[in-house]
Amino acid sequence: MRAPQSRTKKENVTATVDPAPRTLPPLGPNRKLKLPKQAERTLANGLTVIAVRRPAVPLVELRLWVPFGRTQLARGAMLAQTVLSGTETHTATQIAAELQKVGGGLAAGVDPDRLMLSGASLVSGLGRMLELLADVLTGATYPGDWVEIERDRLVDRIQVAQSQPAHLARTALLKRIYGRHPYAVQTPEPDQVRAVRPPVLRRLHGERVHPAGAVLVLVGDVHPDRALDAAEEALSGWKGDGQPAELPSAPPLEPGPLLLVDRPGSVQSSLRVALPAVPRTHPDHAALQLANLIFGGYFSSRWVENIREDKGYTYGPHSVVEHSVAGSVLVAGAEVATEVTAPALLETMYELGRLASLPPKEEELEQARQYALGTLQLGMSTQAGLAALVSAYAGNGLRLDFLAEHAARLAKATVEDVAEAGARYLAPANAVTVVLGDAERIAPSLATLTPVETSS
Amino acid sequence: MAARRSRIPATKYPVERFNLDNGLRVVLTPDRSAPVIGVAVVYDVGIRSEPEGRTGFAHLFEHLMFQGSENLEKLAHFRHVQGAGGTFNGSTHLDYTDYFETLPSNALERALFLEADRMRGPRLTEENLRNQVDVVKEEIRVNVLNRPYGGFPWLTLPPVMFDTFPNAHDGYGSFDDLESATVADAADFFRRYYASGNAVLAVSGDIDVAEATTLIERHFGDVPARPAPQRPDFTEPDLTAERRTSYTDKLAPLPAVASAWRVPDPHTDFLGYLPYVVLAEVLTDGDASRLVERLVQRDRTVTSVGGYLGFMGDPFDVRDPTALLLQAHLPPGGDVEKVLRTVDEELDRLATDGLAEGELARTQARMATHLLRDTDAVLGRALRMAVLEQQRAEPGLLNELPRLVGEVTDEQVRAAAAMLRPQRRATIEVIAGGAR
Repeated sequence: MRAPQSRTKKENVTATVDPAPRTLPPLGPNRKLKLPKQAERTLANGLTVIAVRRPAVPLVELRLWVPFGRTQLARGAMLAQTVLSGTETHTATQIAAELQKVGGGLAAGVDPDRLMLSGASLVSGLGRMLELLADVLTGATYPGDWVEIERDRLVDRIQVAQSQPAHLARTALLKRIYGRHPYAVQTPEPDQVRAVRPPVLRRLHGERVHPAGAVLVLVGDVHPDRALDAAEEALSGWKGDGQPAELPSAPPLEPGPLLLVDRPGSVQSSLRVALPAVPRTHPDHAALQLANLIFGGYFSSRWVENIREDKGYTYGPHSVVEHSVAGSVLVAGAEVATEVTAPALLETMYELGRLASLPPKEEELEQARQYALGTLQLGMSTQAGLAALVSAYAGNGLRLDFLAEHAARLAKATVEDVAEAGARYLAPANAVTVVLGDAERIAPSLATLTPVETSS
Repeated sequence: MAARRSRIPATKYPVERFNLDNGLRVVLTPDRSAPVIGVAVVYDVGIRSEPEGRTGFAHLFEHLMFQGSENLEKLAHFRHVQGAGGTFNGSTHLDYTDYFETLPSNALERALFLEADRMRGPRLTEENLRNQVDVVKEEIRVNVLNRPYGGFPWLTLPPVMFDTFPNAHDGYGSFDDLESATVADAADFFRRYYASGNAVLAVSGDIDVAEATTLIERHFGDVPARPAPQRPDFTEPDLTAERRTSYTDKLAPLPAVASAWRVPDPHTDFLGYLPYVVLAEVLTDGDASRLVERLVQRDRTVTSVGGYLGFMGDPFDVRDPTALLLQAHLPPGGDVEKVLRTVDEELDRLATDGLAEGELARTQARMATHLLRDTDAVLGRALRMAVLEQQRAEPGLLNELPRLVGEVTDEQVRAAAAMLRPQRRATIEVIAGGAR
């Protein structure tokens, strides 16, 4: 390693001369969004495989999205927890060790839309990782002793989750938003988990872990066509079909009294506000995304500047449009000090109302637009980011070229479009609000702002 | 070595280094594969340097660096970064504090301007200070006070293991200390530690080295020169007798335990330190690791177990004294004593019998993936290289880590395991006050 060298300054400015204000340098020309090389193939068994080249590091990212809607909650959760617990040819330990040999690892997770198997390995290990994935998909055995271990672990994890305010607030919000829809409850109760036995898991695997409708995404230092070949070779033996389970559309939000969930002794209140939203492909989506950014979707938003940087009520308020297969929703969330719960809600409603009833300033829109466009570039600049994006798009029937389309819509949206989206989607009159906190301390002041309904 | 092993690949990120006349050290690592850049400024001051009576000050000060600077109003920094399509943050560690942005590459000069402006001086006002004390208190509530296992074990274990204030105190700070902080404290802290000679700037990604060099000289060249302060000696002797404490977490539904053992100095004895980094993974990385097999699967005495280097999980950006940590969550009514005994037993077994065929190689391959994956993000490279420059004057070490990890031998891992004796161990136990 060579020693650092000093370079002489080209400009001879010193700190003691006239402290004339310095001006912010302009941005250079925008670089056009460039999509990476990719290839796609649907195998004879119905599995769609998408391979994307990003050679930056000698790794490959893997995401397998298997549609999993309407799966019984505890069984679905247990299947994800145990799908890697052994096959006819490998124990769980062997699967993990074999993956490690190629620098790999696999993990499984579920949500109300899909089962996701994800992992990464050295690119030289892609073939082996696919073989092991195929082994799991076609031959997972759900051995009794492992199922028992994992059942207890899942129960423990659920108990820990249930002691976390963010989880409790989320649970109450989903229930309030979705009512009887399958999205309403996303975490099983410990007793339901305890009732799940291996035969049920084997049956569920047979019924639902199918290639038809599933999408495998491979991103990394690969040649897309060769990666498709490798996937075809490893996974064409994955069979099975059954009825895909269609999720009903998510119900529209039904505004009503603020739901206050009691958490005695809580030193903060978890504030959650849900608002209507539209899917990525809806003509209003780009304008809604911009309106959300201006409201609370990034640090330089009105809400964050107000309740954090001006008032110091909270650390990390955030507002995001969440997309699921059966519908989209905008959720704004903040953890605020107990004693300022009502004032924080007041400011939240004020900022929503302001965006719903007055157009944003041109420069606010430009700033949000640049952020939206720039973060698209940032999101695509890593293998893992790209894999997550391609998989999320594919699970919702979209391909990476939608990104260019979306960028074009973001670039075109006008102040009027965003004002209209603000009025349509961010109006506080449409909000469903849930607050988790110490009811005794916060209920009276919340009730001065809005009708409150308390649950414990 | 008969076992078939994956060849450990390496990255070849180029590294350019130079110093400005004011002492600012600069690292450039170009990579034009995506139109994005990472910009990181790292100051050689962290939690260990904050004065007694001012716990949490290094972190509070980090917040104040975002509150406007010589030519920028409050809120301007955020707006200029995000309005250029970028994201930003800062973080406070034991030995350093970093400030960073990742942006589309057309915003390079803007990012340099923003960082240089606050290196010349943040706007330290009473109003901003009070506002950020409030924000930091909410940060502590959300991350520590209002959740189960808050601060476990990164805030709760150091006071068991260490005796001196710099190493033992709570880096988030007490509310009393935070509320007592003054603008004069902040000005003093800035003058002392936020010197050009105490900082490293790293820029990664879609840059032209010559152009970036010109821009860096333009914006940072006239930052007044101030030398780095003398770094105090933070060393402490190793433990000679076991230390153990417990506390009740009234929100925690299940018991938990964490233990730490001192490890060799990561700077003066890097090759002696690396085997511990590998050992932590041999013990806890995945279903085929020693402690997961034994504690989770066979004995079922824990529901999860993790092992890592450094209280903040920072194997390659912390100075001595630091530690190898193991932490576990137990099932309801779990027996901490038994878990600790079993860990000792497994360490003994490893020290005595060594590793199984292929066990080390597969662990090293997995570690290579993790290391490479971290460097794929342009910002990760800037941050890592900035700290490697600051602490080791060797930013290019980032390219070497997968290989160096891969060169650790069975014998070295065994020897490391043999050092993790109960009498050198500090343990903190969480009693489940929220058990139902």
